[in-house]
Amino acid sequence: MAGSASSFPVRARVDAPAAATSDPLFVRVLLISIVFVVFTIFFVLPLVVVLKEAFSKGLPAFLMVFQDSATAHAVQLTLLTAAIVVPLNTIFGLAAAWAVTRFHFPGRPFLISLIDLPLWVSPVVGGLIYVLVFGAQGWFGPWLLENNIRVIFAVPGIVLATTFVTFPFVARGLIPLMQAQGSKEEEAALSLGANGWQIFWRITLPKIKWGLFYGIILCNARAMGEFGAVSVVSGHIRGKTNTMPLHIEILYQEYQFSAAFAVAFVLCVLAIVTLVIKTYAEWRAEQQLAEAARSH
Amino acid sequence: MSIEVRAITKKFSRYPALDSVSLKVETGELVALLGPSGSGKTTLLRIIAGLEFPDDANSRVLFDGTDVTQLSAYRRHAGFVFQHYALFGHMNVFDNVAFGLRVKKRGHRPAAADIDRRVRELLEAVQLAGYEKRLPSQLSGGQRQRVAFARALAVEPQVLLLDEPFGALDAKVRKELRRWLREFQDRIKLTTIFVTHDQDEAFEVADRVVLIDKGILQQVGSPAEVRAHPANRFVAEFLDLPLPTPAS
Amino acid sequence: MKRHTLPGFGITLGYTLVYLTLIVLIPLAALFLKTQSGGWHHFWETITSPQVVASYKVSFGISFLAAAVNGVLGVLAAWVLVRYRFPGRRLLDAMVDLPFALPTAVAGIALTTLFAPNEWIGQFFAYTQPLGAWASPQSPTGAWLATQDWARPYLGPTGIRIAYTQIGIFIALTFIGLPFVVRTVQPVIQDLSLDVEEAAACLGASRWQTFTRVVLPGLLPAIFTGVTLAYGRAVGEYGSVVFISGNLPFQTQITPMLIISKLEDYDYTGAAGLGFVMLLASFAILLVSNFLQAWNNRRNGVA
Repeated sequence: MAGSASSFPVRARVDAPAAATSDPLFVRVLLISIVFVVFTIFFVLPLVVVLKEAFSKGLPAFLMVFQDSATAHAVQLTLLTAAIVVPLNTIFGLAAAWAVTRFHFPGRPFLISLIDLPLWVSPVVGGLIYVLVFGAQGWFGPWLLENNIRVIFAVPGIVLATTFVTFPFVARGLIPLMQAQGSKEEEAALSLGANGWQIFWRITLPKIKWGLFYGIILCNARAMGEFGAVSVVSGHIRGKTNTMPLHIEILYQEYQFSAAFAVAFVLCVLAIVTLVIKTYAEWRAEQQLAEAARSH
Repeated sequence: MSIEVRAITKKFSRYPALDSVSLKVETGELVALLGPSGSGKTTLLRIIAGLEFPDDANSRVLFDGTDVTQLSAYRRHAGFVFQHYALFGHMNVFDNVAFGLRVKKRGHRPAAADIDRRVRELLEAVQLAGYEKRLPSQLSGGQRQRVAFARALAVEPQVLLLDEPFGALDAKVRKELRRWLREFQDRIKLTTIFVTHDQDEAFEVADRVVLIDKGILQQVGSPAEVRAHPANRFVAEFLDLPLPTPAS
Repeated sequence: MKRHTLPGFGITLGYTLVYLTLIVLIPLAALFLKTQSGGWHHFWETITSPQVVASYKVSFGISFLAAAVNGVLGVLAAWVLVRYRFPGRRLLDAMVDLPFALPTAVAGIALTTLFAPNEWIGQFFAYTQPLGAWASPQSPTGAWLATQDWARPYLGPTGIRIAYTQIGIFIALTFIGLPFVVRTVQPVIQDLSLDVEEAAACLGASRWQTFTRVVLPGLLPAIFTGVTLAYGRAVGEYGSVVFISGNLPFQTQITPMLIISKLEDYDYTGAAGLGFVMLLASFAILLVSNFLQAWNNRRNGVA
């Protein structure tokens, strides 16, 4: 059987008949062509469009976009939001993964489903629920107004909505990995007298670092790029509550296309860097998973 | 149907898997290909089935004297039984066995009632009557292997090729199935080649034993001949026999 | 596993529960209560008004089409990426995740620019181009189309319109859903044992028969799971659709957009009502997905 894999699909003799597990040449050519066309339209051209439109007025014009105070503020707000949300969700992801994979308790499957919830719910609904809690007509609205605290149409609302949309990513990166690795090594460390903190830092963290990294990267990408949920809670106040994606929308609607695409270009670079790191981290996480499988 | 291979050569990336192997198996014969893992025995079997193809332009596979070297597996109609059964997991036992009949071209395809009768006969023959509706996952290893036999036999192949057919089974089931195979073969006299690394199996079941190592045929002969006169050092060591003396 | 042998059960579970309560459960409770606040009758009127029902048709209908197309394209892409070797394969493989990583607003403006009339791809659908000529008013098919009410939104002054029509929404939803199907089906194709295909060939099945009768049925649970995931994502999608849709009531207005416009009119109860419907739909899709996943796991347990 080992031989069949190495000889597949290209064989030395061109006139040899088709192997039972390979498709006829014309089918292969056809399918590969379809995939190339679809991927070009969906994945390559959008990036090319952004690149071309962003620099359509030259590099100086591109750089000028970021000197505009509203744009600069949008960049700052996006970075600030990610800086708050990503660590919060990382700690949550670690705690949730530890609780869910190291212990069995009633309601555990329900908890796992709950962690997945934001992946299923429309981001617009994700924003809406905070408006209903903190907005002028919401539960705490009158009280917040009296005390002059702003949540909706302000930074706290943006942080909350982003937190909601991005909290599953770290937990989801870790749960399958930690489930597969099991807790034998942790139990061994425990029997040797290590405390919980030592076990986590010295045993667990090194085993899960690539899965963790992978989750953080995805969480960060979504946090910086979230649009729907943030759009609902932000109020689109220029220079105050606009994140980069929201700023793109405003510039685009004002027909400042090259400026909109300039900001979009920065987010594209972020997406590509994320994909590169993700591909690498995923590969390393798979190795850790394979090691776990082998040691069992 | 007789099977003949001539000068089969096959290379995998660097090392040769088979080096100019020639062999003739007569109609109705039961032959065992015996050798250590990586010897090329499975590759030879797969080349006969049309699942692999030789690299060398002079290599030939002949069924009853007809050159089938250029025919792909689905035109050769060799019954093939895989080590890990390769049953279709989403089909029940009946549908697995009926598969080969149902994919026949219209005109050659038997009527549904005939398929039904044939499948039931075969399941009877492999002692699995009443298991029609079971999924492969609900069967034991030995039962799965018997389904694989029935499936291969359903299309009435002229030759049966078995790749380590009992390799994944426990010792007791192996013994039973081995005896069953020999009796079955005596009854229907179907040309059969089976691959094994287990010398007891080869010697108990086969009419002739073919020893292969490093892609080269080492010895061909009846169990008694091979035991009495191991051709070389490899054969003797592999079979735990005293080394042949040059004089004999 | 022994119970509570490792430390940290109380603190990690406690933290998880507090976090989820604050971030998810309390706000969801607010949604349920707000839905009730206008009374059952008002709620029912809100979620069944003609404009809202039209938006359901757009959201759920086009998402369904997009998910179905993803089912075909996704399986095809997964098959090509796993089974064929060709230059650029690894790059294509890495690209599949782009819709996960690219902010939806960026995807939205990029796709809109691609498919707007006279732009990159949109220009090929002008009446003077081969792809658009069949719909030109001068051609017989085009003259017939011009008499059809359903075709009117798609016939622009100079060519077939893609952006700002339902076709545009369909393209955006296909874009964001594709990775779900590819990434669900890919590992299953990877794990297929070649034995089974060889067995089918030895039994006389052609390659096509082997694929349709042996390979495809084995992939079906994974395909359905992937399609459900893509559907769930598409139904709630906002960012990539808002730019390309044109947001025309009864035509290209998706439900999430209607929620936002209700909020902009300070109709919180109405927005909550629609949000509740979307949430119920999400739960239903999640249930179906869990059921399919269980089916998938059972199938994969088969030797």
